[in-house]
Amino acid sequence: MEKQITQQGQLRIALRNCGMLDPENIAESIARDAYQALGKVLKELSPQECINILKQSGLRGRGGAGFPTGLKWEIASKSQSDQKYVVCNADEGDPGAFMDRSILEGDPHSVLEAMAICGYCIGADKGLIYIRAEYPLAIKRLRIAIDQAMEYGLLGKNILGSGFNFEIKLRYGAGAFVCGEETALIHSMEGKRGEPTNKPPFPATSGFMKKPTNVNNVETFANIAPIILKGPDWFSSIGTKNSKGTKVFALAGKINNVGLIEVPMGTSLREIIYEIGGGIKEDKKFKAVQTGGPSGGCLTEKHLDTPIDYENLIEAGSMMGSGGMIVMDENDCMVSVAKFYLDFIVGESCGKCTPCRVGNKRLYEILEKITQGKGVMKDLEKLKNLSYIIKDTALCGLGQTSPNPVLSTLENFYDEYYEHVVEKKCRAGHCKNLFHYVINEELCVGCAACKRCCPVHAITGDKRMPHYIDSNICIRCGECIEKCSFDAISIQLEPKILV
Amino acid sequence: MEMIELSIDNKLVSVQKGTTILKAARKVGIDIPTLCHMELHNMSIENKPGSCRVCVVEVDGRRNLAPACVTEVAPGMVVNTHTARVLNARKTIVELLISDHPYDCLVCAKSGNCELQSIAHKFGIRRIHFKGEKSTYRKDTSPSIIRDVDKCIMCRRCEMICNEVQTVGALSAVNRGFISVVAPAFEMDLEHSPCTYCGQCVSVCPTGALTEVDSTHKVLLSLMDKSKTVIVQTAPSVRAALGEEFGLPPGTLVTGKMVAALRRMGFDYVFDTDFAADLTIMEEGTELLGRLRAHLAGESNAKLPILTSCCPGWVNFLEYNFPDLLHIPSTAKSPQQMFGAIAKTYFADQIGVKRQDLVVVSMMPCLAKKYECQRDEFKVNGNPDVDFSMTTRELADFIKQSNIDFLNLPDEEFDNPLGESTGAGVIFGNTGGVIEAACRTAYELYTGKKLETIEFENLRGTEGIRSAKLDFDGLTLNIGIAHGLSNARRLLGDVRAGKSNYHAIEIMACTGGCIAGGGQPYHHGNSEILRKRRDAIYSEDKGKIIRKSHENPYILKLYKDFLGQACGHKSHELLHTVYHDKSNNEVTIHHD
Repeated sequence: MEKQITQQGQLRIALRNCGMLDPENIAESIARDAYQALGKVLKELSPQECINILKQSGLRGRGGAGFPTGLKWEIASKSQSDQKYVVCNADEGDPGAFMDRSILEGDPHSVLEAMAICGYCIGADKGLIYIRAEYPLAIKRLRIAIDQAMEYGLLGKNILGSGFNFEIKLRYGAGAFVCGEETALIHSMEGKRGEPTNKPPFPATSGFMKKPTNVNNVETFANIAPIILKGPDWFSSIGTKNSKGTKVFALAGKINNVGLIEVPMGTSLREIIYEIGGGIKEDKKFKAVQTGGPSGGCLTEKHLDTPIDYENLIEAGSMMGSGGMIVMDENDCMVSVAKFYLDFIVGESCGKCTPCRVGNKRLYEILEKITQGKGVMKDLEKLKNLSYIIKDTALCGLGQTSPNPVLSTLENFYDEYYEHVVEKKCRAGHCKNLFHYVINEELCVGCAACKRCCPVHAITGDKRMPHYIDSNICIRCGECIEKCSFDAISIQLEPKILV
Repeated sequence: MEMIELSIDNKLVSVQKGTTILKAARKVGIDIPTLCHMELHNMSIENKPGSCRVCVVEVDGRRNLAPACVTEVAPGMVVNTHTARVLNARKTIVELLISDHPYDCLVCAKSGNCELQSIAHKFGIRRIHFKGEKSTYRKDTSPSIIRDVDKCIMCRRCEMICNEVQTVGALSAVNRGFISVVAPAFEMDLEHSPCTYCGQCVSVCPTGALTEVDSTHKVLLSLMDKSKTVIVQTAPSVRAALGEEFGLPPGTLVTGKMVAALRRMGFDYVFDTDFAADLTIMEEGTELLGRLRAHLAGESNAKLPILTSCCPGWVNFLEYNFPDLLHIPSTAKSPQQMFGAIAKTYFADQIGVKRQDLVVVSMMPCLAKKYECQRDEFKVNGNPDVDFSMTTRELADFIKQSNIDFLNLPDEEFDNPLGESTGAGVIFGNTGGVIEAACRTAYELYTGKKLETIEFENLRGTEGIRSAKLDFDGLTLNIGIAHGLSNARRLLGDVRAGKSNYHAIEIMACTGGCIAGGGQPYHHGNSEILRKRRDAIYSEDKGKIIRKSHENPYILKLYKDFLGQACGHKSHELLHTVYHDKSNNEVTIHHD
């Protein structure tokens, strides 16, 4: 299985053990080198030596922003305090993303081990995993893993006789997207409303309970042990100049092979979509791929050969994010895609700052107006200006990136916006107000199958005579097209004419 | 302390490390506009969630704009507070806020005092470019406070004051995204929440989202009713703040003009709550001495410390949070209620008016007083001792509506017999004032000697919790003072844990005492106003000939003719009350 995956152009570091072992049996994890790195760190390395290894490896945070992990640990290690904390951010919230969940379900010890290593490096004896309560299996396996590791003396007091103590507790999130932002996550763990606060102070100086706290994402932690065992040079030999190692992506959308993949940084979108992903479903034409979740943007055909790394994605108007990758084909309307993400943000904004709370709602309303065929050219200008102001003034990372789907679609698919606004046309046939169904009189035999299935009685016609769809009644459910055996019903890309 | 040098609008500024850009700018006279931010200097009250984003400024080398209120200065920082980029962003932010705000300024209680309105005016906003849905919520009316959170702009000031300053915990942000708003938990009514009606949330709300229940119209109807005799009492703090509403400098005492105005508005008798404050001291002071003597005699059931009970917000807080300590406050009613009880018995008899034909109105700096006068304990056969309680703000509006040229009124005197008061009654408005007034009387009653220095300076001040030792002719009396309910909670926690050695404790719900009450003219974050009101109260006391409650001739006459002795049978019937356990306040959850 491992070989097969490697042949496909994938390289599994974070996912190395997923599917290879029984996550509920620590012995199987140990057989695949779990806690070897922790042992090595505790016996052979000083905290600073271990941090240096991470710095040399070039590992950057996999949660989205890509902050150098070694540097983050170093800052936390230098903060003076009687108590510090290691926090694992397992509040995976991007729509369609499930990388962290797979790691926690398939290889929980890789995260526990790395948290203990982090604790040793920064001088913390307490670890917390903030995990969404919607991940019951991951929670169950984490609990089992923590219990077994305690039993084996790999967590708890005096680990491996080194004198180092480390314990890990779970904290449950109630499923708020914003709680993936580290200050919001910390407030949520403290029992407060999950809301971000201004940075600085960064958690490394004042985090959980106002103590220095190092927050890393699940996937980041999953990379730690291999780096310690195989060395920083091995890790930094993989990837591009500034982005080392691999990245896990959740492939979804109009692609043949959906699911998780792990590829070296620098792999192109073309390789991912056409080789690993097996191409677009039903051989339709590729239109875009959305990366970076709701904070990301859409990449188009012109980006297909761009090597994927942190910098290139940002330059292309998107971002790495946690690794969601949603592929779209010619039947996807890009205005509606932007609207979908804005809808998500409007519901998930914490509501604290004005630009995110009200501004995103107004962006959404303008997009809705456009998809309903009521847009005017001024709206496009308004979208752009408001987007820039939200980016410029919002309080946290969520708000500062929330207009990205709008800006990147405006940039890459301006034609589609223009068509919606000026021609009142949705070329993807997605916006229900901008097309209607027509029955071809020559093909219709008057069987009335469409008439019988229409939920709103929009279709009329006598038996064995051509039928007619009243667009003013029709709700564009598409049921009639499905039912027609004679291909007599088709979509006409002209706006609904309101009487 | 490390100093940081930076440049703001090309001016070099040197400030202490940790200073925000906002404060650094103010130091050199650059006023960056703010909305959610509010600070009461020297009172440890600051709200800076950094949420409205109106104060954003441009910092060289920074990708996005920086909120001045929460961004700390850094060495060599180059800040520009009014670039085109900044002005455009600020204006858009305010437009966004207004786009989700009802356009009912014409009839809004906050019109003219609204900070959103003034910032919109300042920014020259004439059109809202964003049309869309507005977030709407259920209107919630409690006995004291109206929540109309369609007007909430999520500045979080109320939440900060309710949770951090008052530790009441009635208000916090709920919901996510566009429909986020500050509300009681589970969207229950304020009335069923732990709210104490202290009104501090109202005093800091920048918009009309939190306002008082307006009784002006009901009072107007009573004044029109020829069959009613309408009398009014005015609390000490009202005269120290009312002038602000007419453009007078803060701290201007307007006692005489206020009396003249009330008389012209048609009140049949204009009385003074200070008279009832003197009465409160007689009862509370006597109770204190009684308990103290019992304690000194070694009686096991002697209840000490005694807590003052004249602040209704504090009483609500106690009943909800410390139901196990209901036996320790003084049982004396508040001055407002003592006044009502005496007015509708002693005074009604004197003028030959039936109880139900006498309407008692009170002018208070307070919102909890509105609730207090509606309590069942203070009614006789359903008829309340005090019919309506109005705030200083309502009184000012009422005077303006009555077309009275307030500033040119002559100074007039209160009516008698319930209008004569001493300096002791006046200082009730300041933190430490009630206990000082009580000590002036208790000292003389206990020692039988004349008090040499009337002012107890060691009881005065602005510290949240203060303690003082008073020498009662050899007996050392330990006095505790707390203002702001978080401080009250701390003192009460000690009492509950048996760690308190105080004989008497004064508690005021509002930080600063009644002068900063929820019904006072809005301070808009200017703590200097509060300081001047405080000074005005002390200067009124200083100017009084009689400054000890037990020397008030009308009080002495009241006891002689009607009540008998302090804490006697009749006093207990009319002037004392009981407290109830409200920790199991019925919770009603609305699902709409």
